[in-house]
Amino acid sequence: MFSTPTFDELNIWAALPMIALALGTCILLVADLFIPKDKKVYTAVLAGIGLGVSLLIALLQASGVEIGDKSTAFEGIFVVDQFTHVVNVISLMAGIIGIMVSYDYLERTGTERGEFYTLILFSTLGAMLMGSSRNLVMIFIALELLSIPLYILSGFRRPMLESEESAMKYFLLGAFSSGFLVYGIALIYGATGSFELVNVWQTAVDILEGKGAGQFTLLIGIAMVLIALGFKVGAVPFHMWQPDVYQGAPTPVTAFMSVTAKTGGFAAMLRVLVTGLAVVSASQGKAIDVWQDSVQVIAVLTLILGNFVAITQTDLKRMLAYSSIAHGGYILIAIAAGGTFGVGDSSAQAALVYLMAYTFTNIGAFAVVIALERSERNTITLNDTKGLAQHSPMLAAAMTIFMLSLTGVPLTAGFIGKFFVFKAALEANLEVLAVIGVLASVVSAYYYLRIIVNMYMVEGDAHPVSEKQPLALRSALWLTAMGTLILGILPYIMTDLARDVTLAIVGR
Amino acid sequence: MQLETTGVSLTSVTLFAPMVGFFILLFLNKLSDERIKWGALITSLITLGFSILLLAQFKSDETGLQSEHIAEWIPTFGIYYHVGIDGISIWLVMLTTFIMPLAILISFNMIHERIRLYYLFMLLIEFAMLGVFVAQDMFLFYVFWELTLVPMYFLIGIWGGEERRYAAVKFFLYTMAGSILMLLAILWLGNEAGTFDVKVITEMVQSGTLSFSTDTERLLFLGFFIAFAIKVPLWPLHSWLPDAHVQAPTAGSIILAGILLKLGTYGLIRFNLGFFPNASADFAPWIAALAVIGIIYGAWVAYAQTDVKKLVAYTSVSHLGFVVLGIFSLTSSGVQGAVLQMVNHGISTGGLFALVGILYDRRHTKAINAFGGIWKVMPVFSGIALVISLSSMGLPSMNGFVGEFTILLGSASSEVLSIWFTAVATLGVILAAVYTLFMFNKVFMGPLDKKENQELEDLTWSKNWTELGALVPLVIMIFVIGLYPSPFFELMDGSVGHLVNFVHTVAVAGK
Repeated sequence: MFSTPTFDELNIWAALPMIALALGTCILLVADLFIPKDKKVYTAVLAGIGLGVSLLIALLQASGVEIGDKSTAFEGIFVVDQFTHVVNVISLMAGIIGIMVSYDYLERTGTERGEFYTLILFSTLGAMLMGSSRNLVMIFIALELLSIPLYILSGFRRPMLESEESAMKYFLLGAFSSGFLVYGIALIYGATGSFELVNVWQTAVDILEGKGAGQFTLLIGIAMVLIALGFKVGAVPFHMWQPDVYQGAPTPVTAFMSVTAKTGGFAAMLRVLVTGLAVVSASQGKAIDVWQDSVQVIAVLTLILGNFVAITQTDLKRMLAYSSIAHGGYILIAIAAGGTFGVGDSSAQAALVYLMAYTFTNIGAFAVVIALERSERNTITLNDTKGLAQHSPMLAAAMTIFMLSLTGVPLTAGFIGKFFVFKAALEANLEVLAVIGVLASVVSAYYYLRIIVNMYMVEGDAHPVSEKQPLALRSALWLTAMGTLILGILPYIMTDLARDVTLAIVGR
Repeated sequence: MQLETTGVSLTSVTLFAPMVGFFILLFLNKLSDERIKWGALITSLITLGFSILLLAQFKSDETGLQSEHIAEWIPTFGIYYHVGIDGISIWLVMLTTFIMPLAILISFNMIHERIRLYYLFMLLIEFAMLGVFVAQDMFLFYVFWELTLVPMYFLIGIWGGEERRYAAVKFFLYTMAGSILMLLAILWLGNEAGTFDVKVITEMVQSGTLSFSTDTERLLFLGFFIAFAIKVPLWPLHSWLPDAHVQAPTAGSIILAGILLKLGTYGLIRFNLGFFPNASADFAPWIAALAVIGIIYGAWVAYAQTDVKKLVAYTSVSHLGFVVLGIFSLTSSGVQGAVLQMVNHGISTGGLFALVGILYDRRHTKAINAFGGIWKVMPVFSGIALVISLSSMGLPSMNGFVGEFTILLGSASSEVLSIWFTAVATLGVILAAVYTLFMFNKVFMGPLDKKENQELEDLTWSKNWTELGALVPLVIMIFVIGLYPSPFFELMDGSVGHLVNFVHTVAVAGK
């Protein structure tokens, strides 16, 4: 029956970035026991090294160095293609910058515990695995690996009430959505008899063309998976948890999860929808559209709700929470485009470019919030940004770059992301969706500009923020601000990485 | 589509010259305020120098692009750094490089806060505006187009008047709303054509290898048109303009009126006429109607103003109406007049804003009623004001007359517009005389009955060399263009003729 596969058959080297990170995390877990409580900086550095090594391997793989010889590993449930590499790079960058913005915060709030870094690393690993799974069960495991550390991290400022509330809320709702995912996977399995995305696709084609039973089961299953992943990325109407969790969680955690959870969620969504349920143009002469309309509706709702509710916010973290809901909407536009025959690859490329741009910009924006919180206050309202340009010009300049990038102004990374998203939408003939998308970004300009107005054009009554930020935070701010600009001016760094991404299985 | 890359050309050098100064001012953060000012001025003068070289080596017998520079930017998606100039853009480049040093100079004694930031934004906006005029790739064009918003937003919002925050945000949102639809049009067109290169697409359209269905062409036309119409601004999309103009600092208003509005009219010529001849011909009467309404409306509302700066702001709506009328007459003289009038309007309205700024700097009010009899205390200033006002209303022997006359000549001979458009527009010329003379009379003539005004001092070279230095070149150019316009027409003749001929053969002659 079962023969034990050999080492070579498993092709385990292909998964080297993940393996390196997993090993690194385990070493960190043990090593942290021997690091005294007042020297936790070593833990942070070790965690950074772990991520760095993994990033190095991922970059080598991405630039074409063959590590492991086949494109799939572990008997096909794990796939190593350009998509995997790009998701790895994004997640690892997010992890590294996440640690950089965390260290000082933890020290300051007295929550300096070694587990923090271990959890960040595990969560990063989860996001990477989500991008590389080609099997529904594997996606579920990866999702849990991504989420559970995030639940704990949200409550890391125990006994602060908001933090505990945030963790509880996230956990309960997250558990609920995991239930949806499992049930959805079960139904898809019931209809198609497989967990493998490629097999699911082949059987699904037959079922949808009416050659097999179980169409209803399949569709319900797809819907449930979509809901579960929609929850992870905070798509409307499954976004309810996001503002509260983002606001309550420790700010570095918010910064990290706003990017990593989205990266993982969208990576899995692309894998499932574009690979697993790719549109079939073939036999009947017209494309069979299973999920495009639903994703379009979700995208529109997400864009509208995220942007309009963000306008009314007075708390900076909460505003950024709604803004990141809205940015999920743009990525959903790209994914919806993947539902048109032949656009799957452009759609995945656009989504990845957008995620890359978003990673730098959004963590950067939260890093500014962390810097502002240094004046020993827990909530930063929009009023606290008033006059910032006068007493800390560099911080204000950095925030300006992030706000312009989130708005999508040229020469910032955010513009490049939007450009490719709308390009994909037009290639897919989703003109209405594209128009709604661009109009939503005009709305978003209003609340992003308001922060710039506060910083530069209003006399400051704010508490002075010391311009001298601790080294790690300052480097993170530099890295993200420069990253946002450089990716905006020389976008080929991103686009070349994403260019070879192929997800779609071209019709039969 | 692959393009051949070329070496660096003078166009690129001119374009990036302001950025060199920008980075010097950015990184040398110990510079004194004086040195920052001079650094910015010298940078803009060097840029002017390069652009004069560009003009000197311009070959007027060629219709296509000159001094091109093509380099790879995002080659996998067919996006290039492609810049170059033709007979139309050379004049707008010249206008930009000519106005910018004057705007910087006049700021010397007017801006006292956050000096480094101010001059950084001045250089950044010069870079962005030059970029719009030389970009030959739609992606690059859009990048520069949006980039102009950011420095202008800060210039209005930080150094502007009482309502500056409202005006800055309104300016940004209004223009962005229009331009983001253009982004979709650019993407759509890029997907259809398989390239973003303006030159290649123009050639494809002209040779017929790229053609659209009527509906597609009209939608694409509108996508570009709305963005440009907001920038121009064409009635009824002008409501951002009075706010932005009135609240902007003096140099901001000069740049806004002098150069930034021309981004819109330039775009109409380059993209709407160049890419969509059929839609241009179809829509021409409608657009001309809006332009003519704008001419009359702008003049009428200008007359009703009690604030000098607002009055000047509304004259822009009227004057730019002429430019749009000229463009959509689809005749060679109409378009040539429009291009020249863009330059003229930059000079005369830029000058008017400078005058208002100088008055405001001394009296801290812009109410027309607060003035009167200024001539008696400030004869030199008032003399310059007279010349600039007359140029703005289009008196013969000055630049404004040449432009408006050529435009009206074009619209009268147009095959797509009825003669009534010309007739009503001519009425606008008379109204221009009314509001200009009304304003001049109230401010400069009459009895000197207000105490504050009696203490005003005239401009002298020893004390006010920055203000005079900004105004005198404008006066000189007013007469140069007014008395000897033919070199201006000669240089643009080839490019305009080529464009108009094409539109004519495709769209007009067949109907």
